[in-house]
Amino acid sequence: MSIDKETVAKIAKLARIKVEDNELEKLSVELSETMSWIEQLSEVDTDGVEPLTSVVDMDLYKRADEVTDGGIRDKIVANSPESAEGFFVVNKIVE
Amino acid sequence: MSNLIQGKTGEWEIVIGLEVHAQVIAKSKLFSGSATTFGSDANTQVSLVDAAMPGMLPVINEYCIEQAVRTGLGLGAKINLTSVFERKNYFYADLPQGYQISQQEIPIVGEGEIEIELPDGTSRNIGIERLHMEQDAGKSIHDKHPTRSYIDLNRSGNCLMEIVSKPDMRSADEAMAYVAKLRAIVRALETCDGNMDEGSMRCDVNVSVRKIGDELGTRREVKNVNSIRSVGQAVDYEARDQIRMIEAGEKVTQQTMLFNADDSTTRPMRSKEDAHDYRYFPDPDLLPLVISQQYVDAINENLPELPDAKKHRFMQEYGMKLYDASIIAGDKPRAEYFERVAKGRDPKLSVTWVTTELMGALNKLALSIDKSPVSSEQLGELIDLISDNTISGRIAKDVFAEMLDTGKSASNIVEEKGLKQVTDTGALETLVDEVIAENPDVVANYQSGKDKLFGFFVGQVMKKTQGKANPAIVNELLKKKIG
Repeated sequence: MSIDKETVAKIAKLARIKVEDNELEKLSVELSETMSWIEQLSEVDTDGVEPLTSVVDMDLYKRADEVTDGGIRDKIVANSPESAEGFFVVNKIVE
Repeated sequence: MSNLIQGKTGEWEIVIGLEVHAQVIAKSKLFSGSATTFGSDANTQVSLVDAAMPGMLPVINEYCIEQAVRTGLGLGAKINLTSVFERKNYFYADLPQGYQISQQEIPIVGEGEIEIELPDGTSRNIGIERLHMEQDAGKSIHDKHPTRSYIDLNRSGNCLMEIVSKPDMRSADEAMAYVAKLRAIVRALETCDGNMDEGSMRCDVNVSVRKIGDELGTRREVKNVNSIRSVGQAVDYEARDQIRMIEAGEKVTQQTMLFNADDSTTRPMRSKEDAHDYRYFPDPDLLPLVISQQYVDAINENLPELPDAKKHRFMQEYGMKLYDASIIAGDKPRAEYFERVAKGRDPKLSVTWVTTELMGALNKLALSIDKSPVSSEQLGELIDLISDNTISGRIAKDVFAEMLDTGKSASNIVEEKGLKQVTDTGALETLVDEVIAENPDVVANYQSGKDKLFGFFVGQVMKKTQGKANPAIVNELLKKKIG
């Protein structure tokens, strides 16, 4: 599978990673190589094999509906670049 | 087919599908143990999981699963014993994870169906496509600062049920009736409080138009529609706007619109379309959710009576009309109030007093039934006074008005104002004789065949007793005296 430059630019944008135009060609080659390496898996015949969702044989762990957390506002906002009145403060989101 | 819209080039049909986000009633969040209470101080109900701190892992709240299953059963829908949580990837300031944990390929609830009642007294079935569980995002507040937005993550991670309808609705009325019914169902099930003001229930409205018999047109999705009235307005505006565009030779493009409640219009969201490339994939932090049929059956056995079943029962048990029954049964506090009043009392009187007198008065006062100045016990007492002939139905209306004003009990008011019905036949007979003696002309007219004049005599006796005479006794006495 080959990943063209447009696709690289698109996924970079979706992932909010800044990629300069002159880097696109190199990344396109690298990602295409990675994809073809992964594609080796398709050589395995998986007809009739149940998808494996976990390597451990267990059920989804569930918790009871109790309030056991929260109330740590200072810790929550401690690492934010800017906060006020207990809120995170960010650039205006215009919509 | 009153649902069609007449355009310049012929008649158009509107096709509507709705996505309703309903916040699950639970003490704690879907994947963390923080509280879900509405209106708390900013970021006080946020755990390190909700703030997406590195290394934090989601652990599912078992009660949220139960609530989603219960809602699915209430929608008459198929429950999927295995469902899968996936990550829906997008960036937004109030989504700290950079993805929302949701269900895409395999939701917990599949297809179902609900019945809606329309203003013309008919009903229709509307298909449910699916219901899935997902995390809510935080809240952005834009009006605290001119150039900055404030983010509160208290809502982040609350459990939502996204309920998706089939594109089965054809008018604003149907869309509104659908949301009203959905709200009645989740309220009856106590899986969502249905409070649209507080955002516990939010709607996205998908609208397209087509000529009869044509393929589905291109749809636009209206977001931010937060009342039942707004749902109707959004449908009307979108339908008119899309027909205008097509008839002017423009093309409707698939677009996300925002509803503006101030002028009931919609406008395109500015964000680019590739924001909708969500790159779903199964969340590696969560195993598939597997439940057993026994678990589902146990929830099913304990389902409360649903609004439709209640509606049909009210019609049968109390002789209510479809309209009254759907109004009373469609609202849980109203239905409970009514049943407390009706218990052990005359069904007809109870229906009339709750649906006509009480509901009428509450509408005028713009109060919901749980804020009624007259409690069900007080209204019941008033009905008892009518039933045992202590007061007449007419006097009862005056007493009721006084009860609304003062909050006093019916018996107190009757006592204080001396409103007890006069049932003393002897006393009433004297009054009847007086009325006959005072109106010889009318008596002659009546006896010459003008039957309608009978009411005049009843009225005169009532007047002499300030309305307190027992009408049945007065009628009987008059019949005896003047034939």
